[in-house]
Amino acid sequence: MFRFRFLGKTKIPHRKNTAHMAPVRMPAPKTVCITMDQHLGAPATPVVKVGDEVKVGQLIAEAAGVVSAPIHASVSGKVTKIDSYLRASGALTTAVWIESDGLMTPCEGITPPSITDLGSLIDAIRACGLVGLGGAGFPTAVKFEAIRNGAVNTIILNGAECEPYLTSDARTMLDHSDLMREGVALLQRVLPCIEHYIIGIEKNKPDCIAEMKRVFEGDDSVSIAKLPTRYPQGAEKILIRNTTGLTVPEGKLPADVGVIVMNVTTLATLAKYAKTGMPLVEKCVTVDGSGVNEPKNVIAPIGSSVADIIAFAGGFREEIGKIILGGPMTGRAVYSTDEPIAKTTGAVLAFAPKDAKQPEITHCLHCGKCIDTCPNNLNVPAFALALKLDSKDDQIKVLEDSRVNLCIECGSCAYVCPANRPLTEGIRIAKTALRENKAHKATLK
Amino acid sequence: MEKLIVSSAPHIHAKHTTQSIMRDVLIALSPAAVAAVVFFGWKALGIILVCVAASVLSELCFNLICKKTQTVSDLSAAVTGLILALCLPTTAELWQCALGSVFAIVVVKCLFGGIGCNFANPAATARVFLLVAFSASIAGGTATAFADPDVVASATPLEIIKFSKDAPLPSLLDMFLGNRMGAIGETCSLALIVGGIYLIVRKIIHWEIPVIYIGTVFVLSLIIKQDLTVALYEILGGGVLIAAFFMITDYVSTPINKGGKMLFALGCGIITVLIRFWGAYPEGVSFAILLMNIVAPYLTKLCVRRPFGKVGK
Repeated sequence: MFRFRFLGKTKIPHRKNTAHMAPVRMPAPKTVCITMDQHLGAPATPVVKVGDEVKVGQLIAEAAGVVSAPIHASVSGKVTKIDSYLRASGALTTAVWIESDGLMTPCEGITPPSITDLGSLIDAIRACGLVGLGGAGFPTAVKFEAIRNGAVNTIILNGAECEPYLTSDARTMLDHSDLMREGVALLQRVLPCIEHYIIGIEKNKPDCIAEMKRVFEGDDSVSIAKLPTRYPQGAEKILIRNTTGLTVPEGKLPADVGVIVMNVTTLATLAKYAKTGMPLVEKCVTVDGSGVNEPKNVIAPIGSSVADIIAFAGGFREEIGKIILGGPMTGRAVYSTDEPIAKTTGAVLAFAPKDAKQPEITHCLHCGKCIDTCPNNLNVPAFALALKLDSKDDQIKVLEDSRVNLCIECGSCAYVCPANRPLTEGIRIAKTALRENKAHKATLK
Repeated sequence: MEKLIVSSAPHIHAKHTTQSIMRDVLIALSPAAVAAVVFFGWKALGIILVCVAASVLSELCFNLICKKTQTVSDLSAAVTGLILALCLPTTAELWQCALGSVFAIVVVKCLFGGIGCNFANPAATARVFLLVAFSASIAGGTATAFADPDVVASATPLEIIKFSKDAPLPSLLDMFLGNRMGAIGETCSLALIVGGIYLIVRKIIHWEIPVIYIGTVFVLSLIIKQDLTVALYEILGGGVLIAAFFMITDYVSTPINKGGKMLFALGCGIITVLIRFWGAYPEGVSFAILLMNIVAPYLTKLCVRRPFGKVGK
């Protein structure tokens, strides 16, 4: 294999405090709030009514179109409310509230699917409601559709888990290596076209690397790629480059270069579904941060509120300044402890006010650290300068020319900035400006 | 439940700030400052104190008068003052030092918008200003406290080389340790290199920048003069080392990307040598920096990297 420079070079703290803690299943919360926008693409459509009795694993919302995913009840009980829900981003979505009866009765119709070929595999993935569990939430079935019409020969299993605090994927590799083995065996059985399976793991998880080596010993098609501990190794296109040397061109999907990337937990969930028929109704989340009494990995029903999950982890320490769903580099800050977790949530982090303080923003020094650290080699300061231009047309031109669309919003630039400038936030604003411009042009035509 | 902060990711930030970077630069300059006082005595200390105080006070007053956010605490004014002080000889009058500092901060930096907005290096510009305005007292220097009393010091090593004066050149060891005529902070190569290594280790500057600059001056001198000793005198004499580690690595007035910074260092090296060998002055470091400052934005533009995954032109 040829040598190339690894992409991604941001040194961030690890803080994997919960790496040695096997996940603990929390009891059924009193109510769960299941939102319909748990994946990329069209939000799911509820198929239950207020007052319906539901059981664990029962379909409560079906996929609305191809790029979408169905959603299942995560507790048994009664649907009490179907209403709109306000996200911290300001977006509205529909949510289904279920009052739990505390019994967690599984749905009767649940049987393992029969998976014999690519078609039945995709059907099973779709029925399971599986989406990319690493955080992006891209419906997994859509990724596999690409195998039908493309020359996909490699599946990369993403175990990089490059964000600080998060250890749920590491726990999957340690505690469910058998499920991963079964998952790979299943894929090997029904997908003869896939020649290579590559498991990408950052070097700061030697125990995971050892366990994967042990489980996949003797299987020539499975290799383990040890990745440098430099953020963001887990970002899809960076991972593809660093494991295979392939570059996914802008506007293209990994499948266009013959690769599918799948999170290790997504694979384990698929294997579990193939074995039991129980769809995706629970998620292991890392509960950590300076505001949590007993950091731990918690297996929680999807839709459990932050308050319930943190209560299970010993509750809050006195005051709380900020709560994040996901890792501290890319996660979403939420405005209420009622916020529910979704399929894509990897962590619930709560920080004391002193750790949540917004740093003071000072003048740009032109130090160039943002450019040096950008995994995509982007000219980061150009974006903020573009937004200052008077003419909208000039703004759009500069943003397009400097390829703001290639930014993966990993947060590295804003992390390293000594002036604490909100660079990543500026890029989000720039991307919105581009989108609006596109929509505006479309209406003119 | 108290109010929660909602902000855009990332939610954590690296520890370094503008202030911590400037503090590191001050720490890196301190060996040279100590060496200056050791070799040139109390006058050197006076120059350092006056320059730093005048720089900080002028920024403080400018911000107060113009009702701008106070930026003195970021320590950048102190850095400018210290670098300027180290570039001046003991023959400089203290009021000239103060005037130079005020010029550096007010005219070169604050009038262009303050930290991050000036296009020229404040210390280099102020030194050129003082050199042109007060040539008699800024160009020369005095002998160090350890100089051989039998040898009458009358010229800096670069002047000796350039104008072939009769005065003997100091030994290379004296050049390295700082026992020679010149600006107070430029003479002790050892102290400057120690400070430079500190900056590289702390990842404040890229190691390539000083290496390219010093290398260019060395190689060009070697080619032109065909003499290894002269080439060594060229890099140890004058302001090459202080510029290599502390002036051409200035963030604000140099290109923002690494490629541009390296071209900047190369350009500075070439201009330094051209002025030294064919210009009117024996020393060309400050002029080289100023000339390259002007083209810095174009070097930045020239060296924008190709985004990963970019398609088309």
